[in-house]
This record gives sequence, C-alpha cells and structure tokens, in this order.
Amino acid sequence: MSEAKNLLVGGLWKNNSALVQLLGLCPLLAVTATATNALGLGLATTLVLTLTNSFISASRRWVPSEIRIPIYVMIIASVVSCVQMLINAYAYGLYQSLGIFIPLIVTNCIVVGRAEAVASKSSIPLAALDGFAIGMGATCAMVVLGSLREIIGSGTLFNGADQLLGPWAKVLRIEVIHFNSPMLLAMLPPGAFIGLGMMLAGKYLIDQKMKQRALRRAEEQALAAPQGTTGSAV
Amino acid sequence: MLDTIRKNGVTLALFAAITTGVTAIVNTVTKPTVEHQTQLQQKNLLDQVVPTDMYDNHIQQECYVVTDAALGNASPHHLYLARKGNQPVAAALETTAPDGYSGAIQMLVGADFNGKVLGVRVIEHHETPGLGDKIELRISDWINSFNGKVVTGPDDKAFAVKKDGGEFDQFTGATITPRAVVNATKRTALLIETLKGKLSSLPECGDANE
Repeated sequence: MSEAKNLLVGGLWKNNSALVQLLGLCPLLAVTATATNALGLGLATTLVLTLTNSFISASRRWVPSEIRIPIYVMIIASVVSCVQMLINAYAYGLYQSLGIFIPLIVTNCIVVGRAEAVASKSSIPLAALDGFAIGMGATCAMVVLGSLREIIGSGTLFNGADQLLGPWAKVLRIEVIHFNSPMLLAMLPPGAFIGLGMMLAGKYLIDQKMKQRALRRAEEQALAAPQGTTGSAV
Repeated sequence: MLDTIRKNGVTLALFAAITTGVTAIVNTVTKPTVEHQTQLQQKNLLDQVVPTDMYDNHIQQECYVVTDAALGNASPHHLYLARKGNQPVAAALETTAPDGYSGAIQMLVGADFNGKVLGVRVIEHHETPGLGDKIELRISDWINSFNGKVVTGPDDKAFAVKKDGGEFDQFTGATITPRAVVNATKRTALLIETLKGKLSSLPECGDANE
C-alpha cells in the first residue's frame, strides 16, 4: 500500500515529470496557450502512459533485456496510433484542437522513461498506477501553466471547453479580466518558458518551506521528548 | 551466440506483428466513423457559408475542381455546387489568401452567381494569436460581416478594409490579416460569378487530374 502511495506522491509532486524531471517539454510548452488545450493533451498523455505502462508490465516476462527498447518503442507507437484514431473517431472536437499534438506524445520521453524505470519491474496494477500518477502530475502542471497564460494573455479561463467536454462545458468559460488588446507575450512561446520558470521557482519555494517546517517540527519534538520523560519520572 | 540472435529476432518479429496487427484492427474499426465525422464536419462547414434553405440537392456530392490564379495559388481547389430545381443557385469554393501575416490563409467562400457573398469561414491559418486570429468565428464574429455583401466588380472600392477606403473593419494592431481575407473573398466571389457558364466543363472531384 505504501508503495502505491509513494508512486502517487512521486508522480504528482516529488518526481513531477514537468516540474522536476523537465521531460516532455515540447508538447507542454506548445499546447498550454489555453487551459482547455492543456487539459486535453494532459488527459491524452495520462491515458497513453497508463496503457503503455500496463502493456509493458504485462509483457515483461517475455521481453529479453537486450532488445527491450525497440519493443517498448513498438508498443508505445502502436498505443499512441490507436489512441489518435479513437479520438479522431469518437471525439472529433478534441481531435481538431489537439490533432497534431497527439502524435507528439510518441516523442515524449517520459513515456519510455517510465516504461524503463517502473513498468519493466513492477506488477501490472502498480505500473498502471504509476503511469496514471505521472500523467496526472503532468496534467496538473499543464493546466496551471495554461490557466496562467490564458488569464494573462486573453483574460479568459477555459475558453472553448465545450469543444473538449461537450456543450455543457460552455458554462465553464470565465472572463477574468477584460482586455481590449491581449497580452501577446503570454500567448507566444516565450511566455510559456517564462511561465514554466515561475512555476519551477514556486515549487522550489514550497518545497523549501515544507522542509523548514519539517525540520522545526523535528527539533520541537527532540526538545519536547526529554522534558516529557523527565516530567513523568519526577 | 547464434541461438540468442535467433531467439531475440523471433521475439522482436512477434512483437512487431502483434503491435502492427492491433493498429491495423483499430484502423479498420474506426475508419467508417472517422469518414462519417469528416463528412459531417464538411457539411456543417458548408451549411455555414451557403444557407440550407437556398438549395435542394446533395451539395457534398456536387463537387468540382477549380484551378485559377484568383484562388491564391496554382493548386486545385474544391467547388461545391448548390442547385434548386436543378438550376445552379450558389457555390461554395475553397480559396487561399496567400498574403496573410504568417503565410497563407485557407478559407471557404460561399457566394451566389451575382456576386453576393453568402458566408465566409477560415479553415486554416497561422496568424498571430490575439491579433490576427479574430478572423476565426470562435474568437470574433468579424467574419460574419461578409454575409450578404455584394461585390459589384473588380474595382469595387467598398469591398476592402476601411484603411483602404472600404467598408470592412480592420483589427486594432492587425490590418494585414483582414486585408488578405477581404481581398481573397472579393477575388473568389468574382470568380464564382464568372464560373456560372463554365460549370459543365469543370472536372469532378476525385478525377485523375486532382
């Protein structure tokens, strides 16, 4: 159980693919101009990661270690092609906004990375959970970056969510600030790099704060413990 | 040594066969749905540039190929013909505005044969987000300002952006994009007008010369 919890915490925070490992930045930076697109690509990546991790874990008994990498590449390419065709057939709106980015998942090195690091050594449920956790970690990072860029760039949030989630999602669109002319920098690629830099700094700050608090608590406990024992002894 | 090579080779071949097979099966299963979706999408787009109450034929099946310099480049473009009672009433013609701010803009223009523009939609573009992309209906309804406008002739001064003395708004900070779209629409509407007499000589879609 603790192993599963470790995988979840690692994927979502400690070992976040976008913020710690800095892998798969090409789709991350290209798609996050709006929160909707970021959410779409994040969910597609999560689906692909979960599936590839499961398949690779299921076939790990039959894969000789000398030729494991070409086999992983074949499995990943095949899964991504299938996901792309399925999205094209059953979620056309999503396909239109993400179309060219879905094949990019193949080039996302986090997929092969997780296959090699976790899926080839773990049981199927654990491998699937790891793929899901890493994918959700990347999705969260992308949605935060996409929301920041969309709010600063065009003043809206979740614009066009109905294309991704269906007509009901029109209500998700929020106009945060009204701009007459949008802030171009946030919407163009440099904005993505600056935004990601800010997020890295933010994560580092939070980690630092948490470490200090943990340290202080340990000190307090160390101070409190002997007093407690002497108190009871008297 | 040879034994290992043989074993690994067979394993690799097996995995290749399985993964390719799965991809092929999914492709076969999804193909009809994908084609259906593409058709629906195309019909939806055509409905936006040619009102459905104007015609009574299957507009998607009346597809012709037009190659003309007025369409922005020398590549063939599709024309969808709308008929009412077998008489051609309007056409939707794919066109290219070659002079966008970041490359060509692909559009679909619907017009009748008297120079009246029925509707315009941008299919693909690479204009600056936030400035030039207001030509998309998703972002701004500017593109609807073409609806019902009439091109009187090649020297129609009114069919241009305001900066060029016409009646179409340009965008704050972006004149090149709307100018490209307005001029391409004008050329295309004029071309549709001249095509009326030549409809029977146009090659159909799917011919060898496409």
